[in-house]
Amino acid sequence: MSDMSAQVTNSSHLIEAERVVKNFRVMDGLRGGHLIQAVSDVSFHIDQGETLAMVGESGCGKSTMGRLILRLLVPDSGVVRFEGRDLAGMNDSELLQTRRRMQIIFQDPYASLNPRMSVYQIIAEPLVTHRVFKSKKETEARVRQLMAMAGIRPEHINRYPHQFSGGQRQRIGIARAIALNPKLLVCDEPVSALDVSIQAQILNLLYDLQKEMGLTYLFISHDLSVVRYVSDRVCVMFLGKVCEVGETEEIFANPLHPYTTFLLEAAPKPDPHMRKEKKALLTGEMPSPVNPPDGCRFHTRCPYTMDICRHEAPAMKRTGTRQVACHKEG
Amino acid sequence: MGENMGQTQGNGGALYIKNLRTHFFTRNGVAPAVDDVTISIPRKGIVGVVGESGCGKSVTALSVLRLVSSPGKIVSGSIVLDGEDLVSKSPREMRQIRGNKVSMIFQEPMTSLNPVYTVGKQVVEAMILHQGAGKKEARDRAIEMFKAVGIPEAEKRFGSYPHQLSGGLRQRVMIAMAMVCRPKLMIADEPTTALDVTIEAQILHQMKELERTTDTSIMLITHNMGVVAEICDYVYVMYAGRIMEQANVFDLFDHTMHPYTTGLLNSIPRSGRGGGRLYNIKGMVPSLLNLPEGCRFRPRCEHAAPECGKFEPELYEADRGHWVRCYRYRDCGGGDME
Repeated sequence: MSDMSAQVTNSSHLIEAERVVKNFRVMDGLRGGHLIQAVSDVSFHIDQGETLAMVGESGCGKSTMGRLILRLLVPDSGVVRFEGRDLAGMNDSELLQTRRRMQIIFQDPYASLNPRMSVYQIIAEPLVTHRVFKSKKETEARVRQLMAMAGIRPEHINRYPHQFSGGQRQRIGIARAIALNPKLLVCDEPVSALDVSIQAQILNLLYDLQKEMGLTYLFISHDLSVVRYVSDRVCVMFLGKVCEVGETEEIFANPLHPYTTFLLEAAPKPDPHMRKEKKALLTGEMPSPVNPPDGCRFHTRCPYTMDICRHEAPAMKRTGTRQVACHKEG
Repeated sequence: MGENMGQTQGNGGALYIKNLRTHFFTRNGVAPAVDDVTISIPRKGIVGVVGESGCGKSVTALSVLRLVSSPGKIVSGSIVLDGEDLVSKSPREMRQIRGNKVSMIFQEPMTSLNPVYTVGKQVVEAMILHQGAGKKEARDRAIEMFKAVGIPEAEKRFGSYPHQLSGGLRQRVMIAMAMVCRPKLMIADEPTTALDVTIEAQILHQMKELERTTDTSIMLITHNMGVVAEICDYVYVMYAGRIMEQANVFDLFDHTMHPYTTGLLNSIPRSGRGGGRLYNIKGMVPSLLNLPEGCRFRPRCEHAAPECGKFEPELYEADRGHWVRCYRYRDCGGGDME
């Protein structure tokens, strides 16, 4: 049944998201509560073996999008396809098979590891759940191999998470995520909680693993210098919508969407000579996803707002590899 | 040793921390979180204290406010604020000083505001308490301050509760609260770490404006070299309880001397992946209970020589106003940032 959707897809795309919508209902004492429009009509794809970075500020929907791709959430409308097949249309056994191939690493290495499980138990858990090996001996051999790949010292196999620093915990989370040889790794702010010197170690580890295992990454981050370093392409989101998608170097060299420009400008540069007395600063507050502005969602903060921006949401326009949703471009 | 007097502006500044040692007396031994640290903050000006988790930067800040709690204790040294040594003050005297002459803003603006009072009431409290301001006067000054830190609709926000404000607005309220008594010194501990980049840029801009238009000095504690480059005038780099390097912000970035500072700067991703792997400092920060012999950075240092393991180098003025704690800075630093 799900073979129908396979016909229309491009074979180099590992992930395709098509017009995905996800709203959350928040009960707040008012009748029926409020609807938060977390992801609104989002389309993009991730190619086999590439790193797509998803950037944007809190509340832009980037983490929700990550969870939709793993089918930890099901879209209200629209389709997410993994290797051409609609995730929502899969039955339980298909889903179980697919889940082996997509994994996630989380931002907080303190909250994402069970404190009562040893390193061995944490890394072995996916292998046991999916009954990969028959004997405990094989499982342990694989766990040791994964520890070596992630740079965890072998003598630490029976330690517990609280005995490790943040960077080492993140390594444990990574070892667990690659245990089943996945194709896709969703990295949700994997280095935001780490010190710079440790951050560099983890980014290098992710880079090495990608080369070794041919992994595809969805890299969710708000840190633009990290994004520029790790990604092949960037998808910029604002308030549940995609503003701009394109190749990383092109976007950094020549941002087309005004919001992308502000993001790049705002990031503090590690060079005092690049200080600017007058930085272009965004004014005003982030609009609420409960009641997003009509038309273009960025129009209340955009310096180039035209009449049309207030009434009509801009469509995605494609030029070459770049896509932009802005009335100014076109 | 330790005659580091006058290494920047010396006395006459807003704050002069001299040979401060704050140690933690734990069951497993003594952890020298701040170990013979001398920091001078001039009147007006933003001084950065950078380093990674556990380097002692926050404990230094808490020591200034005398907020270090047991098992931590200021062991020796002096902290002179506006001519008075804070180390010898009684708890009662310190209460008069905190929020009045010296104030602090923290990383997490949600947990540092009281959720059951309006933000206006919390800002006004300090003025009524410390400066005997009348209610009306306090309110007017608070609203003026709200405007100065860029809170839109200041009158309306005065009556808001913390949960009704966004993270960026809450941090502005914290800054307003910290500034409203016109302190000599404001300590900002990772003030923008929890905020989005566009909000971070607004808050940094606001802090710079305050420093420019008032007499308040700012001690900015951060792990982010980008933030340092953006607004600091002078910078101290800390590692394992020690100052490793200190310099004017331009000298620090252009003519980096200490291998640790160089490592920190090189770890920041600056461009695309053209160059392959990122530089990283090998290993981890040592435990304060088990510090290496000699230079504390030696086990992670690429340039370590035999002498580095024998005696710890002193902080040495290698260039005018540029101090470094390293025997080999000539061979390994040298601003090769390009």
